[in-house]
Amino acid sequence: MRCVVGVDLGSTTTKAVILDETGRILGRGITNSRSNYDQAVGVARTEAFVAARFELLRREFEEAAVESELGKLLRAFRTEQTLHQLRRLGEIIVAEAAVHRLEEAREGLVGAVREIFQKIGEEEEEHFAMEDPPKRSAFFRDLAGSAYTRLAEEVSRRDGISFEQLLGLYDKTIIKVENEPLELSFMDHIGGALERVGRPPGIARAVERAVQAEMVEVSGVGTGYGRARLPFPKEQIRSEILCHGLGAHAMFPGTRTVLDIGGQDTKAIQVDDHGIVTGFQMNDRCAAGCGRYLGYIADEMNIGLHELGPLAETSKRAVKINSTCTVFAGAELRERLSLGEKREDILRGLHRAIILRAMSLLARSGGVSDEFTFTGGVANNPAAVRALRDLVGENYGEKKLNISPDSIYTGALGAALFAYRGAGL
Amino acid sequence: MISRAGIVDWALGIFEDLEFGAARAWLAEGPGRKACGYLPVYAPREVVHASGMLAVGIHGGGDRLEIIKGDAFYQSYICHLPRSVIELAQTGRLDFLSAMLFPSTCDVIRNLSGMWQVLYPDVYVRYLELPQVQDQATGGAFWEGELRLLLRELGRVSGRPADDASLAESIALYNTARGLIRELYRMRREAPWTVPTEELYLLMRAGEGVPVETFIEKARAYMSAVEAEPGQRKDRSRVIVVGAFCEQPPLGLIKTIERAGCYVVDDDFLLGNRFLDTDVSTDNDPVRALAGGFLRHAVSSSIMFEPDPEGKRNLMRQRVQAARADGVIFAAPSFCDPALLDRAMLRAGAEADGIPCIAFKYAENSAQFQQFREQAGTFADSMKLWGDS
Amino acid sequence: MATANKDRSMELQKQMIADHYKRLEAAPETGEPVVYTFVPGNLTELIRSFDALPLLPEINALQSGMRGKSGEFVVAAEKMGHSEDVCTYVKCDIGMAKSGNVGPTGTRLPKPDLLLLSYTGCYTFMKWFELLREEYKCPTVFLHVPYQGDGSLAPEHREYFVKQLKESVIPALEKVTGRKYDEERLRASLRLSAKSEDDLVAVLHSAKKKPSPIDAYFGAVYYVGPIFSAFRGTAEGSEYYRSLRAEVEERAAAGLGPVTPEGPLDDQKYRLVVEGPPNWTHFREFWKMFSDEKAVVVASTYTKVGGTYDFGFRHDPDDPLGTLADYCGGCYTNLNIPSRIDMLVKYIQEYEADGFLINSVKSCNSFSAGQLLMLREVEQRTGCPGAFIESDLVDPRYFSAANIRNRLESYLQMIDARRAERVR
Repeated sequence: MRCVVGVDLGSTTTKAVILDETGRILGRGITNSRSNYDQAVGVARTEAFVAARFELLRREFEEAAVESELGKLLRAFRTEQTLHQLRRLGEIIVAEAAVHRLEEAREGLVGAVREIFQKIGEEEEEHFAMEDPPKRSAFFRDLAGSAYTRLAEEVSRRDGISFEQLLGLYDKTIIKVENEPLELSFMDHIGGALERVGRPPGIARAVERAVQAEMVEVSGVGTGYGRARLPFPKEQIRSEILCHGLGAHAMFPGTRTVLDIGGQDTKAIQVDDHGIVTGFQMNDRCAAGCGRYLGYIADEMNIGLHELGPLAETSKRAVKINSTCTVFAGAELRERLSLGEKREDILRGLHRAIILRAMSLLARSGGVSDEFTFTGGVANNPAAVRALRDLVGENYGEKKLNISPDSIYTGALGAALFAYRGAGL
Repeated sequence: MISRAGIVDWALGIFEDLEFGAARAWLAEGPGRKACGYLPVYAPREVVHASGMLAVGIHGGGDRLEIIKGDAFYQSYICHLPRSVIELAQTGRLDFLSAMLFPSTCDVIRNLSGMWQVLYPDVYVRYLELPQVQDQATGGAFWEGELRLLLRELGRVSGRPADDASLAESIALYNTARGLIRELYRMRREAPWTVPTEELYLLMRAGEGVPVETFIEKARAYMSAVEAEPGQRKDRSRVIVVGAFCEQPPLGLIKTIERAGCYVVDDDFLLGNRFLDTDVSTDNDPVRALAGGFLRHAVSSSIMFEPDPEGKRNLMRQRVQAARADGVIFAAPSFCDPALLDRAMLRAGAEADGIPCIAFKYAENSAQFQQFREQAGTFADSMKLWGDS
Repeated sequence: MATANKDRSMELQKQMIADHYKRLEAAPETGEPVVYTFVPGNLTELIRSFDALPLLPEINALQSGMRGKSGEFVVAAEKMGHSEDVCTYVKCDIGMAKSGNVGPTGTRLPKPDLLLLSYTGCYTFMKWFELLREEYKCPTVFLHVPYQGDGSLAPEHREYFVKQLKESVIPALEKVTGRKYDEERLRASLRLSAKSEDDLVAVLHSAKKKPSPIDAYFGAVYYVGPIFSAFRGTAEGSEYYRSLRAEVEERAAAGLGPVTPEGPLDDQKYRLVVEGPPNWTHFREFWKMFSDEKAVVVASTYTKVGGTYDFGFRHDPDDPLGTLADYCGGCYTNLNIPSRIDMLVKYIQEYEADGFLINSVKSCNSFSAGQLLMLREVEQRTGCPGAFIESDLVDPRYFSAANIRNRLESYLQMIDARRAERVR
C-alpha cells in the first residue's frame, strides 16, 4: 500500500499523520519535542506507523466483537513498548548510579533504582491490564517521570537514601534515553504483544497479514516551528500557516477562518473553499496572549495547566485584566489576590484577556467568517473557548465554532494532504 | 450652596461616562447642534466655541475601557492612548462628533488624523500644525492663517460661521476658564491640603466634556466649597509631576502618589487647558490676538521646540521654585516619545541643580499601583529626611 | 564570491563616502564649517552653496548598525538614562558621541558648527537636535516644515517655509560660514540635482521590467544614498547617478536581475512592494531571506523618505527657495496616511507586484503608527494580501531572524498556493 506522511515539528510536541492511497487517515503519532529533532520526528513517525498497522488490522474486522480483542492487543503492544523503554532507562540509570561521584552512595542508589524500576514495570503491567485504563499523558517521559519521582520519594523516606541524588540521576538520563534510537515499532513488539494475549488464531492470522502488508511511503511534507531542521528537502517543507489552513479545511470543510493558539505563537488564518490560505496574521514580537502565558499563570498559582480552564469556569464574574504581558503576569496576579479578588474570577479575566489578543489578530487578518475553527493546545481549555465564543458573538455575530478533539494534529494533517496532492495518488 | 463632595461626584460622573452623556445631552438640547472632538495637547477651543460647537476633549477610555478592537490597529510598542481612542470610535461612542482635531503633539496623534480620514470619511478632520517658530512675523502669521482656515471650515461644518464678535466672546469665556484654573492651581500650591489633586484633576477632566460655561460655574462653586470646607493639613512632601501631558494616568495613580505621602503642587495633567498662561486680548482682531497669545504665552512643554538653549536645563528648577516643591516625579506614558525623549534633558537639568527626582512609566490602563506606591512613598520619606537634615 | 560582480557604482559610492568622512574629520583643521541635518528634508544644495559640509546623524546611526557597532551605543545611551521605549537612531547617535564620536568609517566626527533642524515628518528629529544641542552647545536653527495633513502642501505653508529660509535659515548659515547667500550657486547646484533625479527615477522605474534589474528596497537603499545625503547637487553625485543609470540600463537590456550579496538574482519568483525602513543590524541576513526565496522588491516607500522623485518632483533651479519647500513638504515621511496608502496601491499595480510587505520598526512611530490600517486598506483596494513583520532600525536585540523568516516564508508560500489555485 502506498501512503504519504505529514510531520509537524512544534516547539512542545511533534506530530505525524499518515494518509492512505485514498487520502484517508491511516495513523497518527505524537511525542514531545526534544533537542534531537530527528529523534522526535522518528518517534512521532514510528508511532503513526504503529497506529497505521493497527488501523489495517481493524479494517480486516468489521464486527465489534473483534474490536475488544484488538483493544486488548493494542494494550498488550503498549505494555511491551513501555516495558522495553523502561528497561533501557533503568539500565542507564543503574549504570549512572554505579559510577556516582559519591562512592559511599553508589550501592544504595543502585539498589533503590532497581527496586523503583521493578515497581514501575509492575504498575505499567497493571495499568494496561485494565479494560479501560485511566487517561494520562501519552509521553513516556511524563509517565516514567511521575512514577519515578513518586517511588523515589517512598524509597528515600523508607531507607534514608537521598531523594535529590535519585532525582538527579533521572534528570541526567531521561534526556539521554529520549535522544537515542529505540525500537518502538510495530515489528519490534507485535510478536510479544501477541504472546501476551495468548495468540488467538483469528487475530494471529490478521497480524501476520498486517506484518506482511507493504507500506510504501511515497511522499512526505514537513511543517512546524522547527521545519527548517526537518530531514526533508526544501520543496517538501510547507509553512505552518498553509498546513493549518488545509488541515482545518480537511477536518471541517466549511472552515473560512482558523485561529490557532499554541505555546509560542498565535495565528489567525483565512482560507478559501479549497482550504487555501488567503490571508493570515501572527502575533507580533510581543508574545503576550500565547499559550505560554497560561503556563506562567499556572506556575504562579501552583496548579496544573489543564486545571486553569475548569477553575475559571466556576467564576460568576470576570475581573478585568488590563495587561497580558507575560513579564507582569505574576505581579498582576499577586496584586489582584492581595486585593481580595477570587482566584477563579481573576482566571476568568485572564482567559478573556488572552482571547482579546487573539481577537485583534483575527481583526488584522480580515475578521471572522463562518465557519470558524479553533485549534492548538488552548482550544482544549473550556474557559478560553467560552471567552472566544462570547467575543466572536459580540463582534461578528453568530458563527459556527468548530473544535476537533484531534485539533493537535491539524498542522500534520495539512502537511500530509500537501504530500498527498504532490504525490498525485 | 453645593458641597465639595457634590461637585466631585458630578465630575467623577462625567469622567467615568464613556458614552459622553453630558455632551450628548447638550447636543439634544437644541436643534442642529454639533460637537467637535480634539486630542491632546492643545487645541484652540475658542474657535470651536465661536463656531457654535461643543469642544470635547478625547482622552481615551483609561482603565475603564476594555480594548477589543483598538489593538487590531496598533503594534505593541505604540502607546495606549490611540488604541483606546480608536476603541471608543469603533464602538460608536464618538458618533456624536461632527469634527475631530488632531494637534501636532507627536507622530502617533498626527498619523491618527490620517487614519480618521480613512475610517470616518463623514467626519471633518483637521491636523493642527502648531507653530513651532516663535517669531511673530513668521510663526504668528502662519498660525493666524491656520486659525482662520479652521474658523472657516468649522463654520461650514456647524452652519454657524463665527464673526469677530462671537470669537471675542468665546475668547473672553476661555480667559475666564483659564483664570479659574490658574487660581485653582494657585490655591493648591499655597495650601495643597485644601485642593487634593484627585479632586482638582476630576474637575479639570470634567471640564473637557461639558460646555465651558458649565465648567466655569462648577469651578466657582468648587472654590467656594473649598473655602467653606478647607480640609486637614498633613505632613507631606511637595512634588511636581512631569510628563503626563498627553495620555492621562489612571485616577488610581494620582491617588496613589498623594496617599504615598506627596502633595502634588504642580503637574502636566490636561496641560492643554492652561497652555496659554495668561489672558488673550479681546480688544482688536481676535484671530490675531489668539494666534499672538499662543506665540507669546504658550507654556514650555515637550511638544514644542525649545528655542532657548538653556531652556531644558533650567525648566525643572524654575518650576520647582515657582511651586516651592521638594522634588520632581517624572511620570511618562510608556512609549511616549515627547515625554521620554525630554525626560533625559529635564532630569539632567534637575539633578545638576540638586533637585531630587524619580521616574516611572505608566499606561492609562495601568492596574498595578504597588510599584508606584513604593517608589513615591520612599521618595516622599527621603525628601523629608533631606529636608530635615 | 559576489565581489567580482559588484557594481561599479557601488565602488564609486564607497569612495565618495570615504572621502566625505575624511573631509569631515579634517574639518576642524581645514576650517570647513560642518552642518548637522537630517535626511528627510535635507537642504544639501543650500548648505553646500555656503561651502559647508553636511553631516547626517541618521546615516551614521544606520552605518553603525550595519557595522555591528549600534548595539553597544544604544546600551550606552540607555545606561545614561534614555528610555528603552524611544528611537534607537537617537540612542545610537548619543551613545556614539559619548564613546569618542568615531564614525562608521573609523574617522573621528567633527562637532557641528550648526544644527540645522529641518522638521520633516518626524517628531523625534526635534528632540534629537535638542539633545545634541545640550551636548555640543552650538547654534541651532529650526525649519518648521508643515505636514501634508490634507494630502498636499498648501500655498500658505510653502510661503511659511520660504519665509523661514529667508529669515532664519539663510542668516544662520551666513553667520556660521561667514559667506553671503549666493543664489546663482544654489541654482547651479539645483540644476545638477534635477539631472541626478532624472537618472534615479529611470533606475527606480526599471523595476517595472521582468525580471527587474534592480532590487528597489535592499539594493535601492544604496542607490538613494548619495541623493539623500551629502551629494545631491554635487559633481560627484551627478557622476554617480549617470554611472548607475548606465549600469542598470545595461542590465535591463541584457535581461538580468540585480546583484545581491549572494550573487545575481536573475531568476525572480516573487515581485514585492515593501513599506517601512529596513533593519540595519541584520541587513544582509534580511536581504538574503528574500534572495534565498528568489523574491525581488520592485518598489518601496522607504527609498522615498529623502524625496518622492518618481511622482514627478524635480528640484527647480528657477525657483530655488520655493523648490526646497516643495521638496521638504513632499518627502515620504511628510505624507499623510491616505497618501501613503495611495502610493502603495499605485506601486502594487504599476509594478505588477505579487504581494506587499510591511516591515514595522519599533523605533519609528512616524512610519509605524497606522501601518496596520494601511495594511488593511491596501489589501482591500488591491485584493492582494499583505505580510506584516516587525524589527527595529539599529537595535540588534529587536531582530528575531527565526520569526521573520517564518513569516516571510509563510507569506511567499501562500502566494504560491494562491497561484496554483488560480491555475487549477
